[in-house]
Amino acid sequence: MRHILRLQVGPVSFRIGSQWRGPVEQLRRLYAGYPEPEGLCDFTVRLEAERFWRRWLRPSVAIRGDYVLPDAAPLPLAQGLLAAEMGMNLQMALGQKRFLLLHAASVEKGGRALLMTGHSGAGKSTLGALLGERGWRFMGDEFALLDLDDGRLHPFPRAVSLKNESLGLFDGMDPARLGPVLTGTPKGTIRHLRPNPEAVARMTEPARPVLILFPRFGRDLEPAIREVGAAEAFMRLTQASTNYVALGERGFDALTRFVGALPSRAIDYADTGQAEALVDELWRAA
Amino acid sequence: MAASLYAADPPETLRTVELEGLTLLYHRPSGLTHFLAPPAPQILEALAAGPATAAEIAARMGEAFEIESEDPAAAIAARLSELEAAGLVWRT
Amino acid sequence: MRDSRLLARLLADPAAAREVQDWTSLIAVARAESLAGSLAWRLEGRELPPRVEALLEAARRDGESARVQALWEAEMARRALAPLGVPVILLKGTAYAAAGLEAARGRSIGDLDILVPRAALPDVERALLAAGWEWVKEDPYDDQYYRRWMHELPPLIHRERDRMIDVHHAILPLTARPKPDMERMIGDPVPLADGLFVLSPADMIVHAAAHLFADGDLAGGLRNLWDIDRLLRQFGERDSGFWPALRERSQRHGLLPAVRRAVRLARHLYATPINWCQAPISKSLDSQGTASEKIGARHQLTATDALYRRRLLARDGWGRARRPLTRLAFYVRSHWLRMPPLMLARHLWVKARRR
Repeated sequence: MRHILRLQVGPVSFRIGSQWRGPVEQLRRLYAGYPEPEGLCDFTVRLEAERFWRRWLRPSVAIRGDYVLPDAAPLPLAQGLLAAEMGMNLQMALGQKRFLLLHAASVEKGGRALLMTGHSGAGKSTLGALLGERGWRFMGDEFALLDLDDGRLHPFPRAVSLKNESLGLFDGMDPARLGPVLTGTPKGTIRHLRPNPEAVARMTEPARPVLILFPRFGRDLEPAIREVGAAEAFMRLTQASTNYVALGERGFDALTRFVGALPSRAIDYADTGQAEALVDELWRAA
Repeated sequence: MAASLYAADPPETLRTVELEGLTLLYHRPSGLTHFLAPPAPQILEALAAGPATAAEIAARMGEAFEIESEDPAAAIAARLSELEAAGLVWRT
Repeated sequence: MRDSRLLARLLADPAAAREVQDWTSLIAVARAESLAGSLAWRLEGRELPPRVEALLEAARRDGESARVQALWEAEMARRALAPLGVPVILLKGTAYAAAGLEAARGRSIGDLDILVPRAALPDVERALLAAGWEWVKEDPYDDQYYRRWMHELPPLIHRERDRMIDVHHAILPLTARPKPDMERMIGDPVPLADGLFVLSPADMIVHAAAHLFADGDLAGGLRNLWDIDRLLRQFGERDSGFWPALRERSQRHGLLPAVRRAVRLARHLYATPINWCQAPISKSLDSQGTASEKIGARHQLTATDALYRRRLLARDGWGRARRPLTRLAFYVRSHWLRMPPLMLARHLWVKARRR
């Protein structure tokens, strides 16, 4: 592995190796300012050629590492940065056992945290990133890490993956925070956004969660707030967790306490202004 | 033909949490989590006293819990079958 | 880290942990070899850098969770098959866990493997399908091939729990050269408290060695050899009749060469004590006046053993499989072992055409 990057994100560290220089350089620029882990890295990611000739001939990147998905399709070299991000996600999804992993975005204000969860495309990622630019501290957009002992959320502020239309919402950003435009990916056009300096500086500060949101974005939707029952919230959160089963009774206890203690709400919105207003309303009541 | 005797794991092997009328159950022997709605949790409680036939279970339950059904025995049998498939109950 | 010898050394001698510089590479090797859990248990209680300790602690808990789930699969299979009155013998990791053996400590367990008499296969298949298992693949060629020549049914997966079961009726494919005495193996199992069985200690080693050398291409071999080390130590310590029984059973099953090779390699990599002769190992003083074991000529690695060793250790500090030519050689060998040349040719032809 000729090109190597070590990266610390919240409580988790990665060692990323690549046979090509490009993806590692792009990753280094995207994560400028992030600490370099001392000593052990929790997970290893490898970007390598599926067959040895694929290193040069129509180069394509197979995503490998400590944990792999056997039939995963390789990506073209131009999307190497995306491959690295997917590789890190894969290690977390399959290998993270210290925290209960929730597929959710999280933000913090005044020491209290808000969790937003839902299917891909429901809008949680974009909403989390936006709130992070509007007075909230961004904690993460892909994975929320629930502490199994004390129920706090730990930050995991990876670069936000902005897709298609959401890109337009972040036009005023410091261009240094943006990764390259990646077209033709499995999810369309993608661009990565580095979390702001406050999010990076405070990446080791957990926060106590106080509200669970199930956001739903749709151009035809009327803004609305609905209560979600604790049992339904529990079910949806287990579906949103890749390591719930492996964590056994500790996972059960942590998650039942989580949904039992916190209000859960579903919100519908057609634009980000509406979303922010709904979040503010619920936050004041929380 | 004698009716089947059903059995369940003892209560100390189960961890339950009530949320809005639903029972979340962590089954320690399997590490699996189940969502149970009445009368399933009550059937498990009835079996805490030892293995029993469907009729005996209904009798044990009858004191504490009213089964709202035209055919209580059939309702219990159906739930027992589901609990068996889930591994929470077995026939001895 | 060029190969996995440091991992093997740490497993054999946990005190060497204080010499480790590059924990990230060591963990990558351990994970690639499915030995992270075993390593975590071997290092339990040792003074380690805090982040390493946290990672290993998570690995130990994970191993415990895997054990619970594996034993549950065995229990659900037991419930489905109990009415048949057929002996159901657990194999591999689940067997070690069910029997409370040292080899189970931290072991990752994938599918449930069971062994049943060949005559019982149709009933077993029916009972499992009725209890919620279903076929993984719907491919008539594979299916036909499996049923005629393989030592197991095509794979089944449970539709609710999403866990696989492999139903064996023999320990080697019917096309392989050694012909283990399956009647004796299935006829002499050790009963467990719940009505399931495991193989007798000698047969367990024979199976492990057969699986390692007479069937596979040695992927995961380091882990299988660790199983063998743990089993040999525990069986050897608790029963003075174990080693003679191992020799006798290995001969009966036509697998003595495989078992002896496994024992030599386990000794070489993990310092497993060998006791074929049931005689105390003679100690002699070397030139410095320190006692050392006199290793009999037959315990030394042969030239072929060295090739096996090369294959077994082919893993670098990034977790990549190395030594491609050696691996290719063993891959071809594994197919060669499984079936006669003409069959192999036809088999590869059909597979190639299907791509």
